[in-house]
Formats: sequence, C-alpha cells, structure tokens
Amino acid sequence: MNQQVPVITVRNLVKKFGSFVANDHLNFDVYQGEIFGFLGANGAGKTTAMKILCGLSSPTSGEAKVAGFDIYKETEKVKRNIGYMSQKFSLYEDLTVAENIRFFSGVYGISPSDRKEKQQKLLKDLGLESAKDSLIGSLPLGWKQKLAFSVAIFHDPKIVFLDEPTGGVDPITRRKFWDLIYEASDRGITVFVTTHYMDEAEYCNRVSIMNAGRIEALDTPENLKKQYSAKNMDEVFLKIARNTE
Amino acid sequence: MEVQKGELFGLIGPDGAGKTTLMRILMTLLIQDKGMATMNGFDVIKDYKKIRNMVGYMPGRFSLYQDLTVEENLNFFATVFKTTVSENYDLIRDIYIQIEPFKKRLAGKLSGGMKQKLALSCALIHKPEILILDEPTTGVDAVSRKEFWEMLKNLQQKGITILVSTPYMDEAMLCNRVALMQKGKVLDIDTPRNLVDGYTRKLYAIRSNDMHRLILDLRSYEKTDSAYAFGQYLHVTGKDDEVEATEFENFLMRKNHQNLEVFDIQPTIEDVFMELLGIEE
Repeated sequence: MNQQVPVITVRNLVKKFGSFVANDHLNFDVYQGEIFGFLGANGAGKTTAMKILCGLSSPTSGEAKVAGFDIYKETEKVKRNIGYMSQKFSLYEDLTVAENIRFFSGVYGISPSDRKEKQQKLLKDLGLESAKDSLIGSLPLGWKQKLAFSVAIFHDPKIVFLDEPTGGVDPITRRKFWDLIYEASDRGITVFVTTHYMDEAEYCNRVSIMNAGRIEALDTPENLKKQYSAKNMDEVFLKIARNTE
Repeated sequence: MEVQKGELFGLIGPDGAGKTTLMRILMTLLIQDKGMATMNGFDVIKDYKKIRNMVGYMPGRFSLYQDLTVEENLNFFATVFKTTVSENYDLIRDIYIQIEPFKKRLAGKLSGGMKQKLALSCALIHKPEILILDEPTTGVDAVSRKEFWEMLKNLQQKGITILVSTPYMDEAMLCNRVALMQKGKVLDIDTPRNLVDGYTRKLYAIRSNDMHRLILDLRSYEKTDSAYAFGQYLHVTGKDDEVEATEFENFLMRKNHQNLEVFDIQPTIEDVFMELLGIEE
C-alpha cells in the first residue's frame, strides 16, 4: 500500500434525499493498493456513498475525487477507471465465459484486439481454458467468483468496488476469494469492499464504520480494537452501532 | 432428519446447499421426487391443507404486499387464516410494537430491518406450531442479526418449533441442533457443542505482522495441511496432526516474521464445517 498516493479523496460529502441525510459530511482518503473496508449497519448510508464514488449519483454538496477525477463533472472518466462486483450481480448466467468477457470488455472500452490477447492470458491464469464455451450458470461457485472478480479488474482499473462479494458463499470459497483480493492489492489495485462478515473486516488495511450517515470510526483494525477495548472487530462494530442509536 | 417439538433447529450451509428446496417441500410448496416427510405427523403431500394451517413461513425474498400498508398486510394474513390480529396479538406484540409507529406506511417503503419484523409478524399471526424461516439474516448487519436471534429465542420459549436456515456459521451456535448442508447433502446433524467436540484435529492459531505473507509462507511449508484466515488469526493444521507449535514457529522465524504468535486453539463450528467440506471433496 502506498500511503503517499490517495486514489479516492472525499471532503465534506453530503447527500440528502428530501430532508433525510443519507451521507452527513463524509471525509476520508483511500490510498493506492489499499484494502479499505467500508462497514456499517443496514441503512447507514454505505450504498449511497458507493453510488456516488462510482459516478452513478451526484452528491448534494462537498467534494470527491476518484482515480483523480471529479465525481460531479467527470463521471464517465471515473467509470472507466473503476471496476465493480457484487454477490447479487456479477456475470450473466446465460452467457458463456467467453461471451461474458466480450460483453464486459465492450462495456469497459477494451478494443477487440487487446481483448483477445488479454482473454487468453486470463483463461490460462485461471485454468479455465477448457470452460471457455461453458455457460456461467453451469460453473461451480468458486470458479464463478474467481472469474467475476477477474472480469471486474480486466481493464486494469485503479480501484475495484466490491459490494458484499462473499454473501452466502461457503467458508472455503469465501477465504479463497480473499486470496484474490490480496493479489489485486499486491498489483497496486485499490480494493474498496463492504461486508457483513466481521472476520473479513480484520483482513482490511483500514476500516471505516458508518452509522446514521456519518463515519463514526476509521482506522486500522488493530487501532480500532485498542480504541474500543474490544477483542475483535465484531465487538468494535457492536459498540459503535449500538452506542449511537 | 427429525426435528423435535419446541426445538430451534438450524439448516446451516452456503448457497446451493439445498436449504430452500427442503423448506419449500416441508411447506408443501414443492413436491419431492422421492421419499417422505411429515410435519406434526401430517404428510406433506396428502395433508398439505392441514399443514398450511399450522405452519408459519418467512421466505428468503421479501414477499409481502409492497403496495399495502404495514397494518393492511397484517390484517390480510390474519383474515386468510380466518383469525384476527387482536386474537393472537400476544404472540407478535414484542416484535410488532417496534414497527407499529409506521403502521400506515406502505410495506414497500420500509427499511430492511422493519420489513423483516413485519414479515415475521405476518408469519406468526395465525399462531403456527411450527415456524420456518429461510435465511432471515442474510445481508443483515451484525447488530440486527443479534437482535433477530433474540426474537427467535423468545418465540421458542412460547413453545413454537423453529426451523431456520443461515449461511452464517456463527449462528449455528445459537441453535439447539443443526444440520450442516452442502450441495444437496446433509454432512452432519448434531448439537453445535457435539459438532465442535467431535473435531479431533490439532488446530493452531497463528499470526504475525504480515498476514498475507504469513498465509503464503505457511501454504508453501511441506508440513502444513491447511491454513485459512479466521479474523485476526490464521487457523492452521499440520500434516497428520503431528506438527508441533514450535516447528511452525521455527519455520516462520526463519522466514523473518515479526511479532509471531503460535498457540493451540479450540475449533469453531466453521472449522468443523470446513473440515467436512474438505473430506467431501
């Protein structure tokens, strides 16, 4: 992780829906290659903030830059420099492996000639060459997840947003998925991840915890545990989410 | 499998384990290809009408009427079962009281936690003897999950038999007994305590300053059998369980790991599940 190079900067970010304040003056930086855990209770405002950072929604006030681009004026450039994956939506089940790669390459603006070369390398790296023409729906979950993540970073984005990527997944597959996250981080890709598994919060370089639209805590898991005299992140989370209600 | 009267029984397993299919068969919403099942002694095929009257069901996907209000949904389900909200209010009071201030709100406009409470109230309004809950805590934050399990414990004390499914292994500990499921099969059924006690492998917790390098180093070590991340520690087993803590420690010190900790640890239900998955594969 490179502490010198922020790839996301957020200053006094506010998002209101009518009188409801979904994001209340958010301030934080995320650095290059960092694994940043974005936690919070349901309804705390995580999804709203993520949509803004992905260029899908405009804030009410405040500033934010993602991969160096302004989230008001340069949303198209933001989108080209990020990847996105969630457990709910990742790949099209009724398209083949190759068709999915082709589709997402198009979406992310990769030229057909680049695609062919990259696709070969990707399938080789994942050991999926023989499954090229298989429907996604027919693949085991572990392979599907690996592929979904690889597709989300196929265009070498600066940042990849992972929205509950491991929900409902068996415990071994869930852990293998974190191996992929670490590998991406080693390659310099910033990983911005939400999860309801508190053990996964421990795997992040830093963690922010939101409650009622505000960031209540932001630090390394180690420091948060000290600060809240908690023996694990589950306790930290419970203390923050229960105290401020 | 059998579930005893008054039991809080958990179906534990990831997506694709077959939890929902089993629940839908028990709920008489799906017919099995082979075999038989009874609910309170009634056959799920022949006696489906009787079963539907004595069972409450909360499906995984929110399936109340989004364009009816909270109050209207509850009245609707009470009427379908030929009862009234006031008749069985005792049963749902603790839960419903939390959403009552919003009773004029459309169900579709409720937050996730409130939808969950309304769905549970609707599943209980005809005073079922058996309650079936399909992944009620999936996608729910850690605090709301704890509160939901407290509600379940209260319902169990009122004599309701509860069958609940979850992909969260830690919730297994809150059940009287659990079935661990994977890919359509039951791997084991027992109390959580017995499952954990039945784990016979020698398990170590290991950590250092650089957790990612630690896991890579341990996996490259010829004496390591498995190394998985468990929160702030790795849980590690050695080949044939004959590797001592000091061997791991010496190996990792040679690899220059700082602030190294290696100690024996008791397994969690997740270790048990992962061991069963490993054997299965």
